[in-house]
Amino acid sequence: MNKLDDADWLYTISSKRKLIDFNFAEIWRYRDLLFLFVKRDVVTVYKQTILGPLWYLIQPLFTALTFTLIFNKVANIETGTVPPFLFNLAGISIWGYFNTCLKSTSDTFKSNAAIFGKVYFPRIIVPLSIIISNLMKFGIQLLIFIAFYIYYYFSGADIHINSSLVFFPIIVILMGLLGLGIGMLISSMVTKYRDLKFLVGFGVQLLMYVSAVMYPLALMREKLPKIAWVVEYNPLAYIIETARYMLLGTGTFSWFGIIYTVVVTLVVLMLGIVVFNRTEKTFIDTV
Amino acid sequence: MSIILKASNISKQYRLGLVGTGTISHDLNRWWAGIRGKEDPYLNVGSVNDRSTKADSDYVWALQDINFEVQQGEVLGIIGKNGAGKSTLLKILSRVTIPTSGEIKTKGRIASLLEVGTGFHPELTGRENIYLNGAILGMSKAEIQAKEEEIIAFSGCERYVDTPVKRYSSGMRVRLAFAVAAFLEPDILVIDEVLAVGDAEFQKKAIGKMQDISKREGRTVLFVSHNMAAVKNLCTRALLLENGKIGFEGLVEKCIDKYLSVEDNNSFNFRDFNSREGNGGLRITDLNIFCNNQDEVSFNELKSGYNYLFKFTVENFSNQIKKIALGMSIFSIKGQLLTASGSDYFMDKIVVEPKNKVVVTLAIPSLPLTGGSYFLNLSCKSDLNGLEDFIKDCLILNVESLISTKKNVTQFPSEMIQINHDWYL
Repeated sequence: MNKLDDADWLYTISSKRKLIDFNFAEIWRYRDLLFLFVKRDVVTVYKQTILGPLWYLIQPLFTALTFTLIFNKVANIETGTVPPFLFNLAGISIWGYFNTCLKSTSDTFKSNAAIFGKVYFPRIIVPLSIIISNLMKFGIQLLIFIAFYIYYYFSGADIHINSSLVFFPIIVILMGLLGLGIGMLISSMVTKYRDLKFLVGFGVQLLMYVSAVMYPLALMREKLPKIAWVVEYNPLAYIIETARYMLLGTGTFSWFGIIYTVVVTLVVLMLGIVVFNRTEKTFIDTV
Repeated sequence: MSIILKASNISKQYRLGLVGTGTISHDLNRWWAGIRGKEDPYLNVGSVNDRSTKADSDYVWALQDINFEVQQGEVLGIIGKNGAGKSTLLKILSRVTIPTSGEIKTKGRIASLLEVGTGFHPELTGRENIYLNGAILGMSKAEIQAKEEEIIAFSGCERYVDTPVKRYSSGMRVRLAFAVAAFLEPDILVIDEVLAVGDAEFQKKAIGKMQDISKREGRTVLFVSHNMAAVKNLCTRALLLENGKIGFEGLVEKCIDKYLSVEDNNSFNFRDFNSREGNGGLRITDLNIFCNNQDEVSFNELKSGYNYLFKFTVENFSNQIKKIALGMSIFSIKGQLLTASGSDYFMDKIVVEPKNKVVVTLAIPSLPLTGGSYFLNLSCKSDLNGLEDFIKDCLILNVESLISTKKNVTQFPSEMIQINHDWYL
């Protein structure tokens, strides 16, 4: 019998867990799986529908239209010089990206229990693929936004891009990572305590109202100064406000807001990864 | 030969019953113990995993102190009764879950082939699913590309390869899934009961492929099955699990013998036997065997060529009148179906009044089995609810074979059907 050297072992399956067990090399080895999951998500969602990918556009367009009628025409929320429809469309598209990222990643363990119960692959591939495939949907929505943007621009609306637009991708990535972090936290806890599933449903709905989606941040400060802090401490509000500033030239841009958002996102993401890592090892026993 | 996998002191504890509000208090206790640097307070409790006895604790050890080593190129069979811990062991080996204590060290990459076909997306075509499934099992795109044609040819689904998998028959799905997995190239392949599916032709192909994998390519295989024939054919060594512990480890033949002797028929209790299938509205609650119309005999003392009456007691536990048919089949220990019959071939559906029972007799004149052990599978179907009761691979008949021919009394080769016959000039 050979003498066994500890260095010979490729890996060990044991009950001991490290706090952060994030194996980049392994994830890289499974990059083809990530790509195939993204492809599966994009290709199969609207199979056997007549309108197909048009649904990506119909959802934000109709929501923006409804918001414009209710919040701007009925409730008279001021959007400054920017056409309300365009204002809402920008907010909804970006919020929509966060919304879908959070909702689909928070279901990771439960909806993949069958496959997770059979084979091993780095579990984080699944939420990552969700973030990426949703990014492509967001891209399509951005195209329709650009089309309306050009239309309004040539009809003489007072909108202008500014140089900060080069940082727009960073804003989008922040939004995705924040959705990923919160989603991973929830997905890990929901495996044992299903209560959270109900919380997510209406929690996200409520979150939208304090994320400056259908109103400018300044308006909140002006009308409800006492509870404006709820919105001001919400990193999502900064992301949406900043995105609108970049795209439409409306609203405020604050370095404090950006740095605050980056810090919160990184903390939430780290926490999400740690909890996710702990859960992935044994969740199949409790799910 | 070198050791490729080594399991030391593997244990796995499960919590019985429901996950509910009680869970949170146990979780808090654990967390508190963890903070003080103490051991998990629930690790000391827990009873031995015997499915049929009532538990005295909320925790159960599905596996307890499992130690074994696997040599490079070896095909290790893992056998055991339902609930003995086979699947738990496989889950730990394939890294789906971690053990409660102990560790497994491996020198090679492990890929598992558990219930093939998980991960297939019904909307994608066969070809797209080959790529997806291959990637899930750990292959890279380039690897799959290189083997794509071979995989399709092996599956025998060429015609349908560009059709969405949702249009496939279940057999085709299994073929395709097995084909993908068969072309995996892990150092250690873990296989769980895949041979139970597919038609005879494909099963043959699958066994052949697995022999190829182990013998020609020299890869290590861990094989879990109830199919003793397949275990005998494929494995070089076997491991018997009994109630979460290792009951025997070593030669395949000996291991199978040990496994069969574990199943103690004399204590088989129809009424309390729990690991049966069917909806349970109706149950076979007793089976008495009579020899030559008079003496009652046990399952272990049947003799070739004698006349037997099998008297089934069937009880209706529901509140409905049920019309039923009974079925019986005899399998060799190797898993080969030898014969089968149903009461509905011979008589009308049997009416069983609610909360009542009937006794149905099956007569087998001149028992046509040679010496050895056989599985007797029993089923009960009703018009109303389909499968009511099904006892599968649990009842063992032991037959003694001394057949008197016109020349002398002789013993025939064991475990086969003995037809009524004669030789003359």
